[in-house]
Amino acid sequence: MIESKTFSLGILIVLANGLLTMHQVQAEEISRATLLSISCAGCHGTDGKSPGSIPTIGGKSSDFIATALRQFSTGQRAGTVMGRHATGYTDEEIQLIADYFASR
Amino acid sequence: MTTLSRRRFIHLLGATGGAAALGTLGLTLGGCSGKDGAGPRVVVVGGGFGGATCARYLRRFNPSIQVTLVERDARYVTCPFSNAVLGGLQDMASIERTYDALRTQHGINVLQGEVIAIDPAGKRVTLQNGNDLAYDRLVVSPGIDFRWDSVEGLDETTSDAIPHAWKAGTQTIALRSQLTAMADGGLVVIAPPDNPFRCPPGPYERASLIANYLKTHKPRSKLLILDAKDKFSKQGLFMQAWEQLYPGMIDWVKGSDGGRIERVDAATRTLYPEIGDPVTADVINFIPPQKAGAVVHTAGLVNADGWCPVDQRTFTSTLQPNIHVIGDASIAGKMPKSGFAANSQAKVCAAAVVSELAGNSMPNPSYVNTCYSLVAPDYGISVAAVYRLKDGNIVKVEGSGGVSPMDAPDEYRKNEARYARGWYQSITQDAFG
Repeated sequence: MIESKTFSLGILIVLANGLLTMHQVQAEEISRATLLSISCAGCHGTDGKSPGSIPTIGGKSSDFIATALRQFSTGQRAGTVMGRHATGYTDEEIQLIADYFASR
Repeated sequence: MTTLSRRRFIHLLGATGGAAALGTLGLTLGGCSGKDGAGPRVVVVGGGFGGATCARYLRRFNPSIQVTLVERDARYVTCPFSNAVLGGLQDMASIERTYDALRTQHGINVLQGEVIAIDPAGKRVTLQNGNDLAYDRLVVSPGIDFRWDSVEGLDETTSDAIPHAWKAGTQTIALRSQLTAMADGGLVVIAPPDNPFRCPPGPYERASLIANYLKTHKPRSKLLILDAKDKFSKQGLFMQAWEQLYPGMIDWVKGSDGGRIERVDAATRTLYPEIGDPVTADVINFIPPQKAGAVVHTAGLVNADGWCPVDQRTFTSTLQPNIHVIGDASIAGKMPKSGFAANSQAKVCAAAVVSELAGNSMPNPSYVNTCYSLVAPDYGISVAAVYRLKDGNIVKVEGSGGVSPMDAPDEYRKNEARYARGWYQSITQDAFG
């Protein structure tokens, strides 16, 4: 009896999982923020979590990231390569990137 | 009756492992290919920076996709930092990566094998062991191959005597052995090819780190670069650094001044330039002209120049349906042929594949390249750019990008050397997990 109940629950879960997955395949769109931000992982690590000497940006506040990028972009903040990157994005794009990494 | 909280329910769902469980029950994912009771199948050919990254991000974007990565070798030896191995700064093990994490942590079916045929109409690839793999989408990331017939006297067998070391691995070891065996006072020649080729600053980083080794261990030796080109990547920065760090040791001859080689005699280690006298050296690193990696040539994916034309928004081949080509083999507008570019393109391609399979439109992509070069262990320089699509071509965002400044203080160079190593840790983890 208990076994059968567990089995049914298992089937239910698998079926529901299937439906959710199907839904996800059909409906979930890749956002503009994601497409802008994933290239940063090449240096800052997957999801902005760096395993080495390059600063981690994943999980930092949106304000912190956006301010840094804007200051790199104007040259107000000294750095090495970041000024050359930050100038490649509009102010709106900087906000999208900052929000993306803040949510990691 | 037991009730499940939403959180608990989702937790349980996660534990059942979606796609695998679905496959077992023979369920289909309606509307997204759904053949044979399975979700969409993506086969990725080539496990370098492009292929590994693409496989991983396909699964990140949509865990229900069945991803098979086919790679010839059990381990990948990275070209980045192989020059540091040549210069004796680190060992081979430090530039090797396995596919274990992709296999065990990221749900990718990694097959060791070589793809010998692609059938675009039947949507199947054939492996050398005779097995066939069916796909809904194919991503090909084959890297480069050499044009052995482009220089007289050059062929695959001459790379024993005069290694290219432009695919890292046994060739890296071969060149390193020759350098360590060379007597003090010897001559090392590096012969870089004309554009386009893999890793534009690579030959000059190599010259730098070999010079660093010679300066320390064989200070009477010389290094000569016989270049097919008249200018090269980060040229001002490299030359400034050479003057400062290795005065009198490195000579660079441009193509039109006799740098271009028309004949090679591997047995006597002699190079015959178009102009001027033959050059006999103790060690020759001849980097042959290049084309897209082998597998694409028989699959109708290359143009007359030997590279793969693609829709630069999705990396879909313009020559064959349902096939994407990324990395060095692809013609990707203004992006260089680099590991970082391949990593960036792989993510855009993964997003395009996932979006297409789900019937969604993909937002406009953004691409990045960042390449560091070590000129000495604590002296790094970089080139970077952000790219967008303009009229179907990948172009640099105006006002972005560029190289490290000339005449920068030591601290700046030291930081970039430190970041070069951090870059390596990040990008290899991003690609190989």
